[in-house]
Parts: sequence; structure tokens; C-alpha cells
Amino acid sequence: MNPVYINSASCISVQDTLNKNILQNLTPENSVQILKAIEPNYKEFIPPAMIRRMSKTVKMSSVASHYALQEAGIEKPDAIIVGTGMGCSQDSEKFLKNVIDNNEEFLTPTFFIQSTHNTVAGQIALGLQCHSYNFTYVNTSSSLEFSLLDAQLQINDDEAENVLVGSTDEQTDRTMELYRLNNTIKKEADLPADYLSSTTNGVIWGEGASFFVVGKNKTEQSYAGLKDIRIINTLEPDHIQNCIIDFLTRNQLSGNDIDVVILGFSGDATSDIYYAEAMDLFPDSAILYYKHLSGEFNTASGFSMFTACHILKEQQIPEIMMINQVNKNEVKNILLYNHLAGHDHSLILLEKV
Amino acid sequence: MSQKIAITGMGIISSIGNNVEESFISLQSGKHGISDIQMFETRHAGAIKTGEIKLSNEELVQKLQLHEDNNVTRTSLLGMIAAKEAIESAGISEINEYRTGLISSTSVGGMDITEKYFYSYEDFPEKQKYIDAHDAGNSSLAIAGYLGLKGMVSTISTACSSAANAIMMGAKLIKNGVLDRVIVGGTDSLSKFTLNGFNTLMILTDSYNTPFDNDRKGLNLGEAAAFLVLESEEVVKKDHKKVLAYLSGYGNANDAHHQTASSENGQGAFLAMQQALKISGLAKEDIDYINVHGTATPNNDLSEGIAMIRIFGENQVPEFSSTKAFTGHTLAAAAGIEAVFSILAMQHNLIFPNLNFKTKMAEFDLTPVTELKKKDIHHVLSNSFGFGGNCSTLIFSKS
Repeated sequence: MNPVYINSASCISVQDTLNKNILQNLTPENSVQILKAIEPNYKEFIPPAMIRRMSKTVKMSSVASHYALQEAGIEKPDAIIVGTGMGCSQDSEKFLKNVIDNNEEFLTPTFFIQSTHNTVAGQIALGLQCHSYNFTYVNTSSSLEFSLLDAQLQINDDEAENVLVGSTDEQTDRTMELYRLNNTIKKEADLPADYLSSTTNGVIWGEGASFFVVGKNKTEQSYAGLKDIRIINTLEPDHIQNCIIDFLTRNQLSGNDIDVVILGFSGDATSDIYYAEAMDLFPDSAILYYKHLSGEFNTASGFSMFTACHILKEQQIPEIMMINQVNKNEVKNILLYNHLAGHDHSLILLEKV
Repeated sequence: MSQKIAITGMGIISSIGNNVEESFISLQSGKHGISDIQMFETRHAGAIKTGEIKLSNEELVQKLQLHEDNNVTRTSLLGMIAAKEAIESAGISEINEYRTGLISSTSVGGMDITEKYFYSYEDFPEKQKYIDAHDAGNSSLAIAGYLGLKGMVSTISTACSSAANAIMMGAKLIKNGVLDRVIVGGTDSLSKFTLNGFNTLMILTDSYNTPFDNDRKGLNLGEAAAFLVLESEEVVKKDHKKVLAYLSGYGNANDAHHQTASSENGQGAFLAMQQALKISGLAKEDIDYINVHGTATPNNDLSEGIAMIRIFGENQVPEFSSTKAFTGHTLAAAAGIEAVFSILAMQHNLIFPNLNFKTKMAEFDLTPVTELKKKDIHHVLSNSFGFGGNCSTLIFSKS
């Protein structure tokens, strides 16, 4: 397949990523169980009556997609593809509570209407009056990656030139309680979290939305070339190295060619083994991590994709993300590797434009 | 299409049969699966009828021979049954022999269990294993795990058009050489959540659904799973595979009209059908049968009918029927089971009847096929539309 280009990037996250100088203003967090996204002043983008009705994931996506389209100078994309792990959990939860609390009586449809996983992509299409290709991927942790792959296919098949791709996930109070209960979230006693050499399981949970315009053509604003994506549902820790080598080989690259590797270290001891294995392949690359900045969540890789775009464009590696001390004068190739609790492994290869 | 996408296997479970053969017998004999709710607790039992599969989760677990400590919810259990049949019918013994993927779809995921223990998980430690089984993606991982598949696994959730999009994505992955073979389809179980959701929207009938009838009162929900096996031409040649049918076209568009309602002129449906015809390279006259979305809601059938007339012309709409009077509307699985029905229609040269139809709609001159009808069918067009404006069309062609 031909490479495609990331022509804009916008992110709402635990960090102040809508602001300027993103790479210089990153603050790590390791001492709380749950991290909330910094929300913009929605009034600037959304009519007040709608703000009240919209769930957080729809609002975050609405703003992030707005910026992504604006930066790329695209009014109506040729496709809208959104990835989300948990979908519209806030409205789902509200409707479910109503059903249970009222014993299936006296219900109103609003929360149900907004509960479907494709609400975000549908709302963006509705707002833009965009009739084009519209997709929603809902994987445990590869929703963004499939969305990017699909964008690449749409462009390769000559069905699209500019594709709006996004990923978004929001928290709900009850889901967070349940994640504490089943120890998805790290126990209070095990905080502060050690992201790189954790001996305890569980993660710090975050949320956020990232949107990109993926284009057929390189533009003046282009952040990166999206060369290749590989996604695999499950594999053993001792197979990850071969998997990465295969992936690089099919792109005529070796470990030495990768200037920056961004790994998804989450502080979950059991599943971080994969990243430790992967790291050993790249003795000469700058190795970065990011979940101390974004938290872990189903589409956390949106944050790493966003920072990777900035690293390539600005040719700067933020100190706060570095695991080792390898310095690179030029960043040409970036490899991103992510999974969630050992499921849905993904590799993304980006290159400088 | 530049590369033909062969369909080499299919599997299905719905209220009209636990496999392809049983489904075909029901379709042929006009035996629908709409009944009173028995398998889950709801105050609407007895009042609202659904296309329910009369097998408990325990019976499904047994059928699948899963470990006792599994955390598989009903959506995934149904999916496993259908996916297993699809694999077997394609004669696949080594699932990872080729670059194989699974693109599934669901709208509810593990909701059937979540809604039972949502407030009380703290009191049931033995049920906490289901917390991780709530998200939609988990269902596909569970199905892939059951099949022993290691590769590309994804889930699509575009409401009632989900499985059509899963089939479409699978075809694109093969066409672009990303995969050699892919299992595609969808699965959705009934739940109190969806039943009440559709009920508050007031689009459920209090009786049996009557697609494209002037006096239609809404839909029956249903539960089902269906999967197809798509394989590249190379694999088909190399392994001398029997091809059941080809996927020859697909189209996806957004109605961009309303979060839940379809537009008056059926713009999204129109664009999806137009795109599918374009990709297939077929002329509209080549379509012998349309398996319509036909949910029997006032809004859908009107909008879809108008879109069909816009595409095919007044008095030129091919023979069509909705099979939802048989199965109910099975949401994310709908396009999957209707893909299986479309293939059966071509294999047996039969149009399955649109049950319960009495009176033609006042707005246009469209009468569905109401009796089992023999006809040489080469190309079937199948529609699926969903909330969020998601509209999809697939075209299947005879092998």
C-alpha cells in the first residue's frame, strides 16, 4: 500500500494538549488512580443548549475534530472514521440506571439514542452535513489503529483523499468503581505507580480524544507519513520481538533505522513485559513512554500518535518521555507499540515528511 | 470490482434456526421465530414479542464445550456458534495457515450480564470476571480466542448496519492484500437495555412486525449471529475451494439527517445503494432480488422505499422482501444473517417471503414478494441502515 500523510493532529487529554508548545508543557502523574481530561471551554464551539445534552466523549470529539479539520483546511472530509473502546459510556450508563432504577417504566429515549457506539461519528457527520463513508471501530485497544488502517484503505482504493480519523474514550463513575473492584485500576496502596519497572498490577486510568486528518497528499502542514500498521489480537511475550522484526523487514527497515520507539508502559507489571521485550530490540534508538502523561485507556494510543506527530514535525524529543538517554539529531522513523493488558497489540510506523 | 471476493463459508444462529440448514428450512416453510420473551427477565415479557433464541447461556456454553470459569457473555456465545459453523463450512482446519482475520460487529457487547450485576457486582465476587467482558471489542477477542485465531481482529459498531460494514471491511482487507482470508459478520444478544431503548422510542410493535405494510406498527427485536468466510482468489485456487457466492459490491454513506430517524428522501440509503452498484460494476437491471432492511417501522420502510424508487425508477424496483418478519430485527447481526439469506436465495433460486404483508403502502406502488417464489437469482442487493445515519449496502453474486 502507498503511504498516506497525517496532515493535522488535535488532542484533548489529561495534558494541556489544545495549547501551543505541547512538547514543552507535559506534566507526569503517578499518584492518583484516575486522571481526567482537561476540557476546553466548550461554549466557544458548541451552542449552550447542546452542551448540556452532549456527553463528554461527544463534546471532546466535537472540539478535537473541529481543530483537526481546521488545521488541515478541510471542510468536508471524504470519510469519517472513529475508534472508541467503550463508546458512549456516560449515556449508556445513564440509560441503564434509568432502566434499573425505574423498573423499566417512565423512560425517555434521549440517553438511549446517544448511547450507541457510533454516536460520535454520526454527530460529526450530522454537524458537517457530510454524507460520506462513516465508520466506527470498537476494539479493546486497537480502535484508532483500525481507523487509521481503514483510512489508508479508503485512500488506496481511490475512494477518498482526506479522511477524518479520531479516537475517543470517556470515563464514568460506575465503570471506574468496577475497574477498582476488579483491579484494572491500581490499588491505592500500590501508588505512586512506577511506570517502567512496576512490580504491581493495575494502571492509572485516563481519558481523551485525538483527531487527525489523513490525506492522500503531503501538504505544507503535514506532520508525518503513515507508512504501515500491524494489528494482532494476541501473542506471547516471547513472540513480540519477531513480530516487530517482521514488521520492520516488510518495510525494508531494521532496528537501527528506527530513531524513536514509543512504548505503552502502563505500570501493569504483568503486561508491561511485552514492552520490556520490545525495548531490547532497539539499543540505539531513543525509547519513549507516555502513559505517565495520558493515563491508560482503550484509546490511549491517540495520545502517543499525537505526540509522535509533534516530535516528527518539531524534530524534538521531550525529556519527560525518555526512558533511555539516546539522543537523535534527526528523527526520521518512529515506531509506536501499544496494547491493553496484553490484548490488541498494534504497531504503527511513522516517517518524517 | 477489481478483485472478486469469494465467500467460502457461512454460519448462522437466530430464532429460526441454530445453523444454516435449519434456517433454510424455516425460510422455505414460512416458519417465523417471533415469540414471547422467556430467556431474560423483563416486565415486558408477555407484552412485547421478540425473535429470541430459546437456548440459555448455560446451554450455549455446553454446546460450545467451554470451560466452567469462562467469562463469555451471550453476544459472544452466539457469535462462537455461528463463527464455528462458518469455519467448518469453509473446510478450514488450520485457522492460522493463512493471514486470517476476524471482523465482527456488535451493538450491545456484554450488556446482558452488565445489566444483571451493574449495581451488585460488589456482592457477587464470582461474577466480577464479567466486568472485563462488557466492552464490544471483548466479544470479538473471545470469538477469536475460541477459534484459535491469531491475527487481525476488529469490531465494528455502527448500530443496525454493523455487520454490513464488517463484511465490507473484510473485503477491503483482502482486496488490498492485507489478509488472505477473513471471517466477517456480527452478533447481538437481546438485553433489557436494548428492549427498553427501542420501547421508549416507540418503534416496537405490540404484535408481529409487518414490513412494507401500510399499517405497520414497528419492529420486533431479535437476537442472532452470522459469519461469512471471505477468501482471496489465490487461496480459493490453491486449495480448490468451493465458492458459495461472491461479494461483488459494497457501499457506505451517512444520511446526516438525524441521530435516529431516516431522512424523507432516503439520501443515505440512496447513496449507499448507488455506491455499491458502482463498485460492483453491475447495472441496476442486473439486480434480481433485494433483501431490504425493512424493519417495519413507519419511518424506515418509507425512507427505504423512496430510496429504492430513486435508484431503480418508478415501477422498476426489483422483487424484494424483508426477512425481518421471520427473525425480528437483530441489530448488529442483521446484515450478517441477511447475507446468509441472500446467499441461500441464490443457491436455491428462491425468494423468501415478506411475511405478514397485507396492504400496500399509500405513499408508493411497492409490493414485496409475499410467497416463496422460484426465480433465477444472480445478484442480490442487501440493505442495512442504522442509528447515527449509518447506511450500508452489499451486493452478492452467484458463484
